[in-house]
Amino acid sequence: MIAQVIVVPKPVVNDPQGVTVRQGLRALGFAEVTDVRVGKYIEVTLDAASADEAYDRVEEMCRQLLANRVIEDFRFDLLPGAAEPRSRPALDRKGKRGEEPA
Amino acid sequence: MKFGVVVFPGTWSDRDWGHVIKDVLCADLIYLWHKDRELHGVDCVVLPGGFSYGDYLRTGAIARFSPVMDSVAEFAARGGLVWGSCNGFQILCEAGLLPGALIRNQCLEFRCEWALVRCDQPSTPYTWRLERGQLINLPIAHGEGNYFADPDTLRQLERNGQVVFRYCDASGEPTADANPNGSMNNIAGIVNTSGNVLGMMPHPERCAEAELGGTDGLALFRSLLQAASSLTLR
Repeated sequence: MIAQVIVVPKPVVNDPQGVTVRQGLRALGFAEVTDVRVGKYIEVTLDAASADEAYDRVEEMCRQLLANRVIEDFRFDLLPGAAEPRSRPALDRKGKRGEEPA
Repeated sequence: MKFGVVVFPGTWSDRDWGHVIKDVLCADLIYLWHKDRELHGVDCVVLPGGFSYGDYLRTGAIARFSPVMDSVAEFAARGGLVWGSCNGFQILCEAGLLPGALIRNQCLEFRCEWALVRCDQPSTPYTWRLERGQLINLPIAHGEGNYFADPDTLRQLERNGQVVFRYCDASGEPTADANPNGSMNNIAGIVNTSGNVLGMMPHPERCAEAELGGTDGLALFRSLLQAASSLTLR
């Protein structure tokens, strides 16, 4: 199974990287950009008997190491298998596939 | 007094600390390899600056899993002196030995310069030779020294007098201009509630000899030398 983990600075944490990227985008003419937050993407491949089990384990990984909860929030999607993660739809907590992407 | 300077892969200030401890203070020194659980009877553990584990994931995030850190946490819980500077401060926060976190400098630049800091807490083993409000000049060298804590934690730190050092201007005011990294409340260093664990972004080991441009860092070492003699572990 593959967990696609997104870690972003908490809303209350000042994100100078995000502010700088926002300024860059606006300087390029993307005047519609109102906010940018810069975070991290972490892909974890793991063995798990079920999606529920994987969910709990990845949540614990995030709490203990992948995110520092003083400054960061996290969220993740679980995908089946180990290959071509982006081509597969995410599993929900019950292990069901979501809508196929258009 | 015996100092143990911890060396992680990527630590870079260990020899500077070692030089001051051994050659300037004439105190006992041992380097503690991060895989070594034994603290060899040291009176003070130093977590020096650098880029432990290449700052992977977050600064200090991986170092806290080194075997030596279990012993350091246990030593700190017994009242042992644990002194972290720069990356050492980041490790102490990641390890939960100090509250809060250090994030990217507000200016996004690596800041390598002298910083004026005010001592706001002289009642610690590290600072008792300083006066309350005394200004000292210490070098800083970091890209992630922007101290952050949630509002409750920040209030507690202030209420308990745990803020030891604050970036200030020459008149002793903690202004935004004097703040090199955007730290909340201009915080440059804090202690735990018992006062035995100190984390600070500046480098006292880089200003302990006149040849290096200043000796203000020596006051901390000298405070500790005298304090350690009266300290008993729980």
